[in-house]
Amino acid sequence: MPRRTMIEAIRDAMDVSMARDERVVVYGEDVGFFGGVFRATQGLQAKYGKSRCFDAPISESGIVGSAIGMAAYGLRPCVEVQFADYVYPAYDQIVSEAARLRYRSNGDFTCPIVVRMPTGGGIFGGQTHSQSPEALFTHVSGLKVIVPSNPHDAKGLLIAAIEDPHPVIFLEPKRLYNGPFDGHHDKPVTPWSKHELGEVADGHYTIPLGKAAIRRQGSAVSVLAYGTMVYVAQAAAEETGVDAEVIDLRTLLPLDLDTIVASVKKTGRCVVVHEATLTSGFGAELVSLVQENCFYHLEAPVARVAGWDTPYPHAQEWDYFPGPARVGRALLETLEA
Amino acid sequence: MADAGMLRFHVPEPEVRPGGTPDFSNVTIPKAGSVPRPEIDVDPRAIRDMAFSIIRVLNRAGEAVGPWAGLLSDEELLEGLRHMMTLRTFDARMQMAQRQGKTSFYMQHLGEEAVSCAFRKALQPGDMNFPTYRQAGLLIADGYPMVAMMNQIYSNEADPLKGRQLPVMYSSKEHGFFSISGNLATQYIQAVGWAMASAISNDSRIAAAWIGDGSTAESDFHAALVFASTYKAPVVLNVVNNQWAISTFQGIARGGSGTFAARGLGFGIPSLRVDGNDYLAVQAVAKWAVERARRNLGPTLVEYVTYRVGAHSTSDDPSAYRPKAESDAWPLGDPVIRLKNHLIHKGAWSEDRHTQAEAEILETVIAAQKEAESHGTLHAGGKPSTRDMFEGVYAEMPPHLRRQRQQAGV
Repeated sequence: MPRRTMIEAIRDAMDVSMARDERVVVYGEDVGFFGGVFRATQGLQAKYGKSRCFDAPISESGIVGSAIGMAAYGLRPCVEVQFADYVYPAYDQIVSEAARLRYRSNGDFTCPIVVRMPTGGGIFGGQTHSQSPEALFTHVSGLKVIVPSNPHDAKGLLIAAIEDPHPVIFLEPKRLYNGPFDGHHDKPVTPWSKHELGEVADGHYTIPLGKAAIRRQGSAVSVLAYGTMVYVAQAAAEETGVDAEVIDLRTLLPLDLDTIVASVKKTGRCVVVHEATLTSGFGAELVSLVQENCFYHLEAPVARVAGWDTPYPHAQEWDYFPGPARVGRALLETLEA
Repeated sequence: MADAGMLRFHVPEPEVRPGGTPDFSNVTIPKAGSVPRPEIDVDPRAIRDMAFSIIRVLNRAGEAVGPWAGLLSDEELLEGLRHMMTLRTFDARMQMAQRQGKTSFYMQHLGEEAVSCAFRKALQPGDMNFPTYRQAGLLIADGYPMVAMMNQIYSNEADPLKGRQLPVMYSSKEHGFFSISGNLATQYIQAVGWAMASAISNDSRIAAAWIGDGSTAESDFHAALVFASTYKAPVVLNVVNNQWAISTFQGIARGGSGTFAARGLGFGIPSLRVDGNDYLAVQAVAKWAVERARRNLGPTLVEYVTYRVGAHSTSDDPSAYRPKAESDAWPLGDPVIRLKNHLIHKGAWSEDRHTQAEAEILETVIAAQKEAESHGTLHAGGKPSTRDMFEGVYAEMPPHLRRQRQQAGV
């Protein structure tokens, strides 16, 4: 099976979708001729023409707002916001419009759009190239929120997102674009070509939205993670020797609660890990759900390892990023609790 | 150059406040028929002056004059008069229904009836409006059933939106009327996107965007103008300047710009200003802009100069911020009376027939209201089910919503 980087897999997903369905259009800042600042749309304009893949003015609300109008017309826009840190000007369009259009019009109009955006830190991106704003979207009824962690999933989930009849926020951990990353910034990074999840089938396939994947079977503690933190959690388990079950949530909204509950009922312990800031982060929702659904199976308090409640700093990158040492400590503390 | 002293902060104020004498002497009103009618493929740079004038057809004597006149038959004009009178009567009844507690909220169109009623007739089936909450004339003029509008206002068991939306936030894809949102200006850029999609699909349908004077200050207005200009989208960008954004006079949004139409010039968009109380002028200008869009000549911005005669909404009291008689002093008059006088002048109408038509329309509206009320009002009679509250967030209900619906006991 061919191996692809996450960027290549995402590009392939759009290529496959555009070939299958002429309603699929792709646009955003620098997305057209240049092929995107991360090369995610390279070659698509040459292949499908300027009316299917094109550059947009630097206006996030313009990009998402126009996509909503296109979707209402009957197209399937898959648009890019250059960094998740720059999605806020489009927040009104996403929250007030895309998410609610079906509900408020009783299905008269719908909004099948995908908003792709590179997310997450670990790249010395500083305050405005590192944020993880997923909780701002999981709080919004009507949206679907996806965070893939590998090329195979990224392609299958993105095709599924483009085909989904709802507005989908598709957060791409840019730290994973070229290879998996476990938080050991001092070690050389392995490329996706050396990783089994870098195997990405040609052609069309989908991964269902709303389904988690178990990345590491374990019996001692359940780790709920997504994006880059999946690899950090796996590394922490190996390094501490804790037999952790690592669940890659993949879709945050709607959430695969069944997989989570089955795992926590089995292990009796749970650690939630995300890069985003702690307070009111998505982890709080996960902890609440585990508490509500697994209370009598829990043998320890549910722990959270997250970004600190500060803006994402530059020089202090590795003091901020929740690396394997911090996650490992949480695993051990949860076992001992 | 003056000496650099202390800086002073500038906050625009309307000419007159409550207690003062209404004064529109600063509003320059060109004579009817005085503004030329350019070819639709005119170079936008050649008609920059039109963003600072006002296209008018009906003069004080009720005659249709000038190059924008003569497009409508008597039948079409009589139909237009009926639409405006219907909207006005509808408004009056719904305003009263709100006062009677039959609904929570209503917003009138008083004085602005010509804008949406006339514009709708310039469109073709399949075109899509992206209206604000003050363009119900688009529905009336397209024959959308008044009973369905009332059902929506009453949030009753027959409400097409299942009680989920605030009154007057209608939606009808079939009638080219995009779902209204409470968030201002959001629909303006969506209209441009819809128009872009039509062009991408090599379709022939066009979009119409709607916004009020106050909301032009929202960032989505500017996004819409950039996108419309960049992609030459087949869209008519309508700005309804009714002078007031709730209590805020239009100068706060307009700032130092001469007019709202002038905003379009910086984007290279042909921009016209029209007498919003002149049914004939609105229709003629709408047709011109719609044809430009349809012929792939790109967007047009149209500013409708009108006056919000009524309160902003049933929750508003304008006497707190503007003179009570200000609407009487408005130099562009009343759209219904002006079209009525024109038709009388032409011999196609009379005072008697007008009085008779008023009575007939009132009867029709009351009949529709009775039918709507048979399906319930906000606090009495039939209502949407609690289950409807959980439906439609997604196409299929996800597990967490199913759990919540069960918790709600439905």
